[in-house]
Amino acid sequence: MLKRLFDWLDERLGLNDLHRNLLDRPEPQGNWWNTLGSASLFLFILQGATGIFLTVYYTPSPDHAYDSIQYIMEGVAFGWLIRGIHHWGASLMVLIVFIHMLRVFVTASYKYPREMTWLVGIGLLLTTIGMGFTGYLLPWNQRAYWATTVGTQIAGSVPFMGEFILKALRGGPDLSALTLQRFFAAHIWMLPAALAGLIGVHLYLIIKHGESHFPTKED
Amino acid sequence: MSEPINRRDFIKGTAAVIGGLITAVIGLPTIAYLIDPALKESAEEAWIPVGRLEDMPVGRPAPFSFTRVQVNGWERTATSHGGFVLRRSDDPADLLILNSRCTHLACTVNWSENDQVYLCPCHDASFSRDGEVIDGPPPRPLDRFTEFRVTEDGVLEIFYQEG
Repeated sequence: MLKRLFDWLDERLGLNDLHRNLLDRPEPQGNWWNTLGSASLFLFILQGATGIFLTVYYTPSPDHAYDSIQYIMEGVAFGWLIRGIHHWGASLMVLIVFIHMLRVFVTASYKYPREMTWLVGIGLLLTTIGMGFTGYLLPWNQRAYWATTVGTQIAGSVPFMGEFILKALRGGPDLSALTLQRFFAAHIWMLPAALAGLIGVHLYLIIKHGESHFPTKED
Repeated sequence: MSEPINRRDFIKGTAAVIGGLITAVIGLPTIAYLIDPALKESAEEAWIPVGRLEDMPVGRPAPFSFTRVQVNGWERTATSHGGFVLRRSDDPADLLILNSRCTHLACTVNWSENDQVYLCPCHDASFSRDGEVIDGPPPRPLDRFTEFRVTEDGVLEIFYQEG
């Protein structure tokens, strides 16, 4: 019965083809360092899921941002868990993505034909750091406020167009409600969309080229 | 003894069990997190002063209103409530106190002196002086505040219970 149901679906969805082409790929000799990309992907999905749940209660307004997070932590069942996973997952994701990059560099996996995978990966690293930067402001506590003050001030030190960049980031000359709102928009819509798109390209390239062998002494 | 389990099946089995555990540990709290506000009980009750009894005419519904403030999440929300006191005779205990919240979809009804009925502006419902449904979609008569008392200074108070 199940077999017939599966065959019916397979004929229409091509499940076996998907499995053969996407998952049943030849891999080099197993190595834990090769799992960091998958770990990053898992963390992205985890951050996405917990982030979506946080928006159920979070309010990106200077009046209520802090209070709404207090409410998540103390008023809502398991709010501390959802936010805790999002909080620690964020740090872990930056760390894992960075170690992933180091591994690719050390094993020289960025060489032909995988240069584009590396370049897309740089985009992924920068976007991930952008997620960290924008998410850091959202609790709207003293640390978040001053970290963003400093961070946007650094961006503003660019020669000639620094002031423009500062105003564009803050939505005006000062850190305000506009800053919080646009950081929120970037954090939940723009950057995740960019991240998802880049991950799609990154995964396509990995499936196309397969994973690289670890270099041996002869290499 | 049955055939020993092979390596591949063991890995599959443990992966399924661990995956299931992780899903349960993350999934169940998430459901609780989402439905949490629906599970909270808000059992508030209070005696609400609605006015001096001597100011209320006999035989004609006298409107009153009051506001309750609740803390919902991180915000204080003020909700308006209202009703009518009908003195059926000079006896200070002979009162009929109706809630002006229409029993259909919670609009506020008004007393029409011309037609001698309560009219709901939303769906044209009408209720009699006693709160019984005369016309329209409401499923039951207007709710009553059955517990009330008159203080020593002659102020009428009603007993209000949330929910």
